Amino acid sequence: MSILVTPETRVLIQGITGSFGARHAQLSLEYGTRVVAGVTPGKGGQVFTHQDAKVPIFDTVAEAVQATGATASVIFVPAAFAADAILEGADAGLELVVCITEGIPVNDMLRVKRALEGRKTRLIGPNCPGIVTPGPGPDSRGGCRLGIAPGYIHRPGPVGVVSRSGTLTYEAVWQLTCRGVGQSTCVGIGGDAVPGMSHLDILKLFNDDPDTHGIIMIGEIGGSAEEEAAAWIRRHCRKPVAAFIAGATAPPGRRMGHAGAIISGGRGTAAAKIAALREAGVAVAETPAVMADTLLKLL
Amino acid sequence: MNLHEHQAKELLARRGVAVPPGGPAFTPEEARAAAEKLFAAGHTRVVVKSQIHAGGRGKGTFTSGLQGGVQVCASPEEVQARAAAMLGQTLVTRQTGPAGRVVRRLLIEAGARIRRELYCAVLLDRAAGRPVVMASAAGGMDIEEVAAHTPEKIVRESVDPALGLMPYQARKLAAALDLRGDLLSAASKMFLGAYRTWWDCDASLVEINPLGVVEGTDGRPALLALDAKVSLDDNGLFRHPELQALRDPGEEAPLEVEAGRHGLNYIKLDGNIACLVNGAGLAMATMDIIKHHGGEPANFLDVGGGASVEQVTAAFRIIMQDPAVRAILVNIFGGIMDCDVIARGIVAAVQETHLTLPLVVRLEGNNVVAGRQTLAASGLAVITADSMADAAQKAVQAARG
Repeated sequence: MSILVTPETRVLIQGITGSFGARHAQLSLEYGTRVVAGVTPGKGGQVFTHQDAKVPIFDTVAEAVQATGATASVIFVPAAFAADAILEGADAGLELVVCITEGIPVNDMLRVKRALEGRKTRLIGPNCPGIVTPGPGPDSRGGCRLGIAPGYIHRPGPVGVVSRSGTLTYEAVWQLTCRGVGQSTCVGIGGDAVPGMSHLDILKLFNDDPDTHGIIMIGEIGGSAEEEAAAWIRRHCRKPVAAFIAGATAPPGRRMGHAGAIISGGRGTAAAKIAALREAGVAVAETPAVMADTLLKLL
Repeated sequence: MNLHEHQAKELLARRGVAVPPGGPAFTPEEARAAAEKLFAAGHTRVVVKSQIHAGGRGKGTFTSGLQGGVQVCASPEEVQARAAAMLGQTLVTRQTGPAGRVVRRLLIEAGARIRRELYCAVLLDRAAGRPVVMASAAGGMDIEEVAAHTPEKIVRESVDPALGLMPYQARKLAAALDLRGDLLSAASKMFLGAYRTWWDCDASLVEINPLGVVEGTDGRPALLALDAKVSLDDNGLFRHPELQALRDPGEEAPLEVEAGRHGLNYIKLDGNIACLVNGAGLAMATMDIIKHHGGEPANFLDVGGGASVEQVTAAFRIIMQDPAVRAILVNIFGGIMDCDVIARGIVAAVQETHLTLPLVVRLEGNNVVAGRQTLAASGLAVITADSMADAAQKAVQAARG
């Protein structure tokens, strides 16, 4: 019915007492997500309250996991401390760590990726909107919302969405929902040059998920993750895929907002990505206005 | 953030990379003083190098007519005269665009007798998620050309970030460039120093091109970083106050600097339809859809996921300073934020900035109906759009007048 998380997933929030973390902890609780613990070093023993919910706060992720059985975490800590927070989550044996934080130095992420090799912990992000598995309630409540995406734009259904961009994910999801088509899980993998899970990692999960019947993949300039995904889709993907690549008009050598969105040395252009995807049989949307329609024609 | 050549060489030299003796000069007198020291030390030639954040300087031309952004001189007097002819002048190279860049500082350094020109770079291998050290015997050329036409001439060593570049890897690179004998250990030291510079400084690129095999003072061959480029990872700057101090605001576009102060991400482009968008991906996609409908975007502008009133106001002010702009397209997906709050922000910003340009607004998301009503009831000449495609078409139309 979904990938990575289900409505039953027990979630902890690292940085729950900061203003950004607290705001989104509240929104996730309102969405019906099982937020079972918060972690803020030095505030262990306090309680995060919102409406009827009382979420215990711990000093360390290990203590929070032991006391609450949380298996997934969302990180809202500042960039200077985010690498440490990710590794703390992995050390505590979490299955999934979602890092929302923007602005983490590349060198920190290189060390994190190296340290995660061989571990079971999956990392989504950083610099991402997170994951939503929509629930069955009104405005898709009762789902699992890890991160900062607006919950109400979703509805449960058969389409998987994976994207490097936050607001473009919302656009695609909203286009689907407005056409009465729901989503299995929506994953924002983030706009950094060294991300955790890649487009390809997520596509494999969607391919194996019996309740995902079609996939929207949103990429952008920079790197070669979309080309790698295209090569795999061509040989292995059993489900229809529609794609959109942002940045066809971006000038080379300039970083377009996202740290990873840069055409360098003539590589990472939108044209090259679109060509690779088309060659793999992916339907590429001409404009961001028709992302959902492009997929729906295939279903 | 990009650094000047003289700054890059200082960072490299501190970590064991051999560079020609010399230093920066901001006036012809400073240039002469620096040159006198070099001639006194026995050097017979001194090079005067324009310091701008663009490549192709040697083959560049000053708008004054002077050929070459890099000049080789034989006396302190000549250095002073050349420096006077270069400082304050605009240098046009293949990387600056026709507008060129004003030369405000020079690097005065000892000339070298060059026997071979090699290439060395440290950068991020995104596909592997690891640093990579690249080297090539085809130095002094545009490495992208080498990679495109003779990729076999480039050797690579992938680095385990937990270990750093190991000495054996540096030796492998040196041997691949056929640097033997004394040059093997000199090259190893150079590769290790270049990698350490990349890692210690949170650099995104360290490039030494050309890396020269030169005739040393004792007549034996030696290695020297003849030109160097270092770009820093902006996200790593917070932990390097000493590197922040190397920023040269004269090399940055004023509007982009101002945008940065407001937490906005702005990049000026050549078109006439300004865009104001929340989120980097949507901002790029908005530029793309303008182009798709026959228009040209005037900028990339990401006001952040939240799009606060202050940011929207600052964004309008920045857009309005670009004289090429004929229409503005606001494209906001109000996810968490209420579209009505955003609409009121747009109205306030338009009133405060006395905006007279045609303004097309496309709002979508949370409480969008109230937001559209707010825009309609504002009395402002706002053109509302009900989809991205509609917005792009209306903006293209408005820009044509």
